[in-house]
Amino acid sequence: MAASLDVNGKTVSVQAEPDTPLLWVLRDELGLTGTKFGCGLAQCGACTVHVNGDPVRSCVTPIAALSGAKITTIEGLGGAHPLQQAWVRLDVPQCGYCQSGQIMSAAALLAATKSPSDEDIDAAMGGNICRCGAYQRIRAAIREAATSAAAPVVAAPPAAKEAEVEAAVDEAISAASGATSRVQRGEVR
Amino acid sequence: MNAPVKPEGFSRRELMVGAAVVGGALVVGCSPADLMSAGSKVEVGAFGPFIRFEPDGFVTVISKHIEFGQGSHAGLAAIVAEELDADWTKVRVEQSPANAKLYGNGALGAQLTGGSSAISNSWEQLRKAGAGARAMFVEAAANRWNVPAGEIAVKDGVLTHASGKSAAFADLMADAGKVTPPQNPPLKDPKTFTLIGTDRVRRKDAQGKSDGTARYTQDVHLPEMLTAMVAHAPKFGAKVESFDADAARKVAGVVDVFEIPTGVAVVARSTWAARLGREALAVRWDEAKAEKRGSVEIAAAFRDLATGKGPADQKWESFGSKGDVAQAAGRPDDGKNAFEAVYEFPYLAHATMEPMNCVAIVDGNHVRLVHGSQGQTLDQLNAAKIVGTLPGSVEVETLFAGGSFGRRATFTSDYVAECVHVAKKVGGGKPVKLVWTREDDMRAGHYRPLVAHAVRVSLDKDGLPATWRHRIVSQSIMKDSPMPAKGVDQTAVEGAMDSPYLKATPIVDAQVAFPEVGVPVLWWRSVGATHTAFAMEHTIDQLARKAGKDPVEYRRALYAKAGANRHLAALDLAVEKAGPTAAAGWTRGVAVHESFGSVVAQVAEVKLVDGAPRVGRVVTAIDCGTAVSPDQIAAQMEGGTCYGLSAALYGEITLTDGAVDQSNFDTYRVLRIGEAPMVETHIVPSTAPPSGVGEPGTPVIAPAVANALLALSGQATARLPLVRSV
Repeated sequence: MAASLDVNGKTVSVQAEPDTPLLWVLRDELGLTGTKFGCGLAQCGACTVHVNGDPVRSCVTPIAALSGAKITTIEGLGGAHPLQQAWVRLDVPQCGYCQSGQIMSAAALLAATKSPSDEDIDAAMGGNICRCGAYQRIRAAIREAATSAAAPVVAAPPAAKEAEVEAAVDEAISAASGATSRVQRGEVR
Repeated sequence: MNAPVKPEGFSRRELMVGAAVVGGALVVGCSPADLMSAGSKVEVGAFGPFIRFEPDGFVTVISKHIEFGQGSHAGLAAIVAEELDADWTKVRVEQSPANAKLYGNGALGAQLTGGSSAISNSWEQLRKAGAGARAMFVEAAANRWNVPAGEIAVKDGVLTHASGKSAAFADLMADAGKVTPPQNPPLKDPKTFTLIGTDRVRRKDAQGKSDGTARYTQDVHLPEMLTAMVAHAPKFGAKVESFDADAARKVAGVVDVFEIPTGVAVVARSTWAARLGREALAVRWDEAKAEKRGSVEIAAAFRDLATGKGPADQKWESFGSKGDVAQAAGRPDDGKNAFEAVYEFPYLAHATMEPMNCVAIVDGNHVRLVHGSQGQTLDQLNAAKIVGTLPGSVEVETLFAGGSFGRRATFTSDYVAECVHVAKKVGGGKPVKLVWTREDDMRAGHYRPLVAHAVRVSLDKDGLPATWRHRIVSQSIMKDSPMPAKGVDQTAVEGAMDSPYLKATPIVDAQVAFPEVGVPVLWWRSVGATHTAFAMEHTIDQLARKAGKDPVEYRRALYAKAGANRHLAALDLAVEKAGPTAAAGWTRGVAVHESFGSVVAQVAEVKLVDGAPRVGRVVTAIDCGTAVSPDQIAAQMEGGTCYGLSAALYGEITLTDGAVDQSNFDTYRVLRIGEAPMVETHIVPSTAPPSGVGEPGTPVIAPAVANALLALSGQATARLPLVRSV
């Protein structure tokens, strides 16, 4: 069936069942393949996107929960976001497969916390696995982006909060067994 | 861009080899060199198979090696750019097609990326390629300007002459392409390198990997492409007995359901439909020939073998015994100078971020594979065998892979073969993408083997080893190779067999046993060193303790005795850079290990947090010969340390009645950012050719941490992962 989504500032119509995870709609229907499949259980963070500015694991978020929500993917970050520049400057990526998710989690962190402490970084990024072990460069790049003078951190504007949408997204995340950065930050029960 | 000089086609000999392979098993008399000739057609340009000049001023370096994180693309391009005197900012990297004759690994034969050999096997080859192309440009400029070639300088892709004449590569490429390539172009004196060894060598893929545009197998979308998932047996060696596909076929988007050798394939129009279809499938498995033992039973059997309690008819193979070995069998309670230890290591999954996957197109006897191919030649041979065609009719487009750590190079091309089976059945040239879920990936075997070591050492009057008895029990990785190695399977004993500690010991009785177990095993980043480094390095700290010596001084004495100068230099550098004392509250552990031609020494600072080890600062020194790309070397030390630490702390695949217990990252715990150490990397200066970097950083951290815990608590570690033994 047809559904309407707001992705990277554009309204798009997709043919998918309501219980289809956002991840597969982004990848298979919309061709937005920057968002990666890693685990399917909200365990690894490779599929992280923003929903109304918050980091969400798209692999466990059914599109039914997203009516009216503003979705931002790595493609929506533009390619020259201060984090992306820092990622390139420090040669953070190795295999690179997790990095879209890492950057989306980091972008949400910086949008909420301009100068995150190491503890803030560890908490916000704890749901994103990097098997290449680029962690110390990820930390360094977040710090660099945060302290960069030219760091007008762009994030999806906080949309009019729709309580129902939020609750549905939270439920979907909670249904998955793993922690997300929102859980770890205490924003979600 | 350049006019092709010599299209590489098939010789009759190559066709015959191909036919021999098609028949099934590799035919006797078909040598590795024959297999190397398997390759799809490649049009080689005027400047050879590795370099192409572009009209936009860029130089394209063609990499025969896959880039899956290890940074080889940057290093390989830097080697060419250095000799060519190209402008590093105008160098691109492109992945080569599959052709073992042109793009074979000089160290391994086939076209294959492994053994941390990408830079080392390409060093001479790419230096010559770059220098040869440079000479062709110089000659072309000399001819055009009518000046002696010796008076022409090249810098940043521009040729100049004192007369004021200058030309860029793009201006001269047509002329240069007509020059006869020199046979032995002069190579630079390494002292004059301006790019190699500097931090100017950066990744060429960082932007694409930071903005979502880098293309992986999972991202391939082709017209009419179908997506397949396969229901796999829950136990290794089980077969499909029967299946009911009615419910699966009713799932919207499911196109077909059929049996293939590894299970039941569900083919659908989207990934999600394939997944729902597979969930709706009911399969009965014939487990008559399945491995049904649990990992507890397998570990017990291995431990018994290692400690002399196994079956008497078990075959043992020696790996470096010397002297009167009967003396090494003395009982450990013979005196205070005797030491005995048993170590156990679990099965480990590679758990790459991108689960295994492949895109295959089978159109008659032509096959096209699009995926992160680690072993192109193997994939060609295996695909050809399934389809019944020649290996040269199998094209491979190699993409970035989301990690491998050894997983993507199997003798059977396991998941690639699975995809080819599905694509063959679908047929008609329709692209099929095989997608493994995380659960498929984690339960598919090909693990680092479960291994047991038993060590007995007696010390001489100076406290140094006088006799060393070593037993290793492991499944053999090379057993399934189409070209099994002669002699002992070195992948199980490397790192022990060549240890400077055994070299410094007068009497050594070292043997390995390879029991048969039905769990598929495979190399895993640093292979044998994943366990031998631990057994050797943790033993050494316990011996030093027994001898009343400082572990660093004890190692220095043994390295002096063994003539292990590179070990000594790496250890000295790590210790010097670490400084005299650990930060308050932290305890240090040291370990040193050579693998893939490189020596890595680490000083790790460890403390216990809620009873679990936390690793903070890790000072690393590496001797990897000439350092082509220092920042990539640092990245590999950082990442390799995390990979090794993840396994040391948490990594363990267990089986119950033959079925794998873990399925995803909730049950197979891996290192997360809050647990990651701060790794400092220091490179031992060297003028030797480059040696390995991708793997040698992995095996050292586990013994370094265990040695810190030994210093902290007096307790030795007998089993990994640590979280179970602390």
